[in-house]
Amino acid sequence: MTFDGTPPANPAIDMTEEPECVAKYADGPVDPVVVVNDGMLANVFIRVTAGLPAGPYPIPSQPATIDQNGCLYTPRVLGVMVGQPFEITNSDPLLHNIKAVPSESRGFNISQPRAMTTTRTFKTPEVMVPLECNVHGWMNAYVGVTDHPYFATSAEDGSFAITGLPAGTYTIEAWHETLGKRMMEAEVVEGGTVSVTFVYGSTT
Amino acid sequence: MSRVVGWKEGTMETGLIALVMVLAIIPSFHLSAQDIERGKAVYEKWCTGCHGDTGAGDGDAAAYMLPRPRDFRRAVYQIRTTASGELPTDDDIRHVVDQGMPGTAMTGWKSRLTSGDRDAVIAYIKSFSRFFDGAPPQSVDFPSAPRISDDGIAEGARIYGELECFKCHGDRGRGDGTSAPTMSDDWDFPIRPTDLTRPWTFNGGAEVEDIYRAIRTGLDGTPMPSFSDVIDAEIITDEQLWRVAQYVHSLAPGRPRVREVIRAGRTARVPDDPTDSAWVEAEAFYVPLVGQIIVSPRWFTPAVDGIWVRALHDGERLALHIAWSDPSASPDPLWQEWIELLATTVTDADGALEPVQGPDRFTIQFPARLSDGMARPYFLGGDRRRPAYTWRWRSSPDQLEVGTSTGLGQFVAGAGAASDVAHQAVFADGQWQLQVTRTLIPRDTSAAPTFAEGVAIPIAFRAADGSSGETHVRGSVSAWYAIYLDAPISATVFVMPVVATLVTAGFGLLVVWRAQRREGTRRFLPEATCDIFSSSRCSDSWHAAAAKLAHRPATRMLVPLSSRSAAPRSPA
Ligand SMILES: [Cu+2]
Repeated sequence: MTFDGTPPANPAIDMTEEPECVAKYADGPVDPVVVVNDGMLANVFIRVTAGLPAGPYPIPSQPATIDQNGCLYTPRVLGVMVGQPFEITNSDPLLHNIKAVPSESRGFNISQPRAMTTTRTFKTPEVMVPLECNVHGWMNAYVGVTDHPYFATSAEDGSFAITGLPAGTYTIEAWHETLGKRMMEAEVVEGGTVSVTFVYGSTT
Repeated sequence: MSRVVGWKEGTMETGLIALVMVLAIIPSFHLSAQDIERGKAVYEKWCTGCHGDTGAGDGDAAAYMLPRPRDFRRAVYQIRTTASGELPTDDDIRHVVDQGMPGTAMTGWKSRLTSGDRDAVIAYIKSFSRFFDGAPPQSVDFPSAPRISDDGIAEGARIYGELECFKCHGDRGRGDGTSAPTMSDDWDFPIRPTDLTRPWTFNGGAEVEDIYRAIRTGLDGTPMPSFSDVIDAEIITDEQLWRVAQYVHSLAPGRPRVREVIRAGRTARVPDDPTDSAWVEAEAFYVPLVGQIIVSPRWFTPAVDGIWVRALHDGERLALHIAWSDPSASPDPLWQEWIELLATTVTDADGALEPVQGPDRFTIQFPARLSDGMARPYFLGGDRRRPAYTWRWRSSPDQLEVGTSTGLGQFVAGAGAASDVAHQAVFADGQWQLQVTRTLIPRDTSAAPTFAEGVAIPIAFRAADGSSGETHVRGSVSAWYAIYLDAPISATVFVMPVVATLVTAGFGLLVVWRAQRREGTRRFLPEATCDIFSSSRCSDSWHAAAAKLAHRPATRMLVPLSSRSAAPRSPA
């Protein structure tokens, strides 16, 4: 996942109302909308959109997790399968509410007034379901809900891996919250590894 | 022993519960085409104006409303006995259809539609969303409420702090928390945290059970989350959540009774400032305000919909104490985000709303000449024939002007000596307290009216929140009320003053009411048409009338007209 050119500057967040969160940022809190390290783009959600054999696919019992720490979500972008436990943790000693606003399935809006964990599931695939906190208007995260396990999120170094795909030709879609979508075709052979590079940038 | 906290009707008596249970085990049957036709007919007659033909919440009047009418397509409902994110039960929807939603334009339909029509329209509303195709939703089981006690309310106050309810609702519950300026709903419309001191605006009702339900299951579609998981995680107990509900219930001064005569009690010496403890003792009169929807630019989303008025006099001076909820002392940089969201949301019938904050404003008016008897000036700032003696306060810079008004925006400073009138304004915890004091006899009696004891003097009010776009003539207004200064108790008249007070006050009220009717104020101030003794739901009927008026052109008052000709036709 590469980013060509100069990435847009991320906005500073005025967090003065939450000194306990501000204390976690040496250089002051910033909203990590576009995260680029050495030309590599993080927080892109990648998934297979065509070419897969018909499901259903086994649902992992291992939960997908999101944390609220320093009044921001970690990770900011993640995937979860339909029916897979989605574990929401508050690591801050203060109130957050977690509101999911899907359009294809039912949302929820739950309170976490201090460190605690809550588990929910999504019933219908949807890319992406926005998560927000209304106590802290700057807090945003995005959950890709899929009906198969072939998805990934690009890491801080821009890398991602989708493993276990049977041999075949696939359409792979990348999604970024402000930079939009990219599509690529990939042919996977039995036992092989295919490298796919999505290119985002200020010039493309 | 747990039970479902459902709707009041269901808990009335054992017989009724038994009946409900019998009904519940009869399997639901599919609606016939006839039922759908009936529901559609009812919907199209009564509901489309706000909720739109396709249930998208986009009827003709919707753009002028805040909060907006419900969009039925997503089946996201605020008032539910079901968990957050679940569909409402039919009873949940029925409760809202029957009772309406206080604080919004949604009125109750129980007395207007037959129960068959209401059932049919509920079925039709559900047909707008495919989410209702699945299994019917289940109400959450809640334990019963603990008995209310002072200790319990103190515990509720503590939990209110522990759960950080104040982040949105404010330390004193006035909806002025730090998060308040940034809030929007699921449709990205701006939304205010509920002012917990004004229970008559609680969308789901004001009883302890209603408050508990709102906290427990949340108000879906709004920022208000469900606290069920907090109980499951054993951070608080269910009983403690009930305590929060009881505490919130205790914040309100009770459902206000609107009286048209404000009594100024006689005291040895009027207080000097609005935080003086003498004001706490003084009797408080609630005055509802409604959006100014007559003179362009009209205003359909008023921020201040009611004020508390207290009055005292000492034979020399009259002091008025006005208190109203306002989450910001405007202008306030923290509220810039709010006004910017408002400016992109609120459809102003008479021109775009500038995303610029002004000061908060408050206006008190009297007839310039009390010799006209009870024939009062046009209620919107008077006119040329009958001007209004006006006190005009603004928060920034803090100043009070005294002058004569001949209509909204037609104000000329200087009605006698401005130095006659002293004022002090204090903002704290989401509330303005304004005291205005004047000598009963003005220095120049030809320029300003004299406040005599023992007579009913007409008085009216206007308010504006500078952080909510209420500049120019945008804001909220009251009808005419009267203020009555208690006469001194003399030794020779021992019992009579009380009787005289009552008689005079009653007479004043009657005259006010008749004069108001004569001038046609009531025709477009539906607030005043409510039962004046029980009218905290007045603003609901105002919302409904405003919705009808919204797409009609405003009366242009370039030249102030006489009160009679200025009155527009009443809404059809
Ligand atoms: Cu938060």
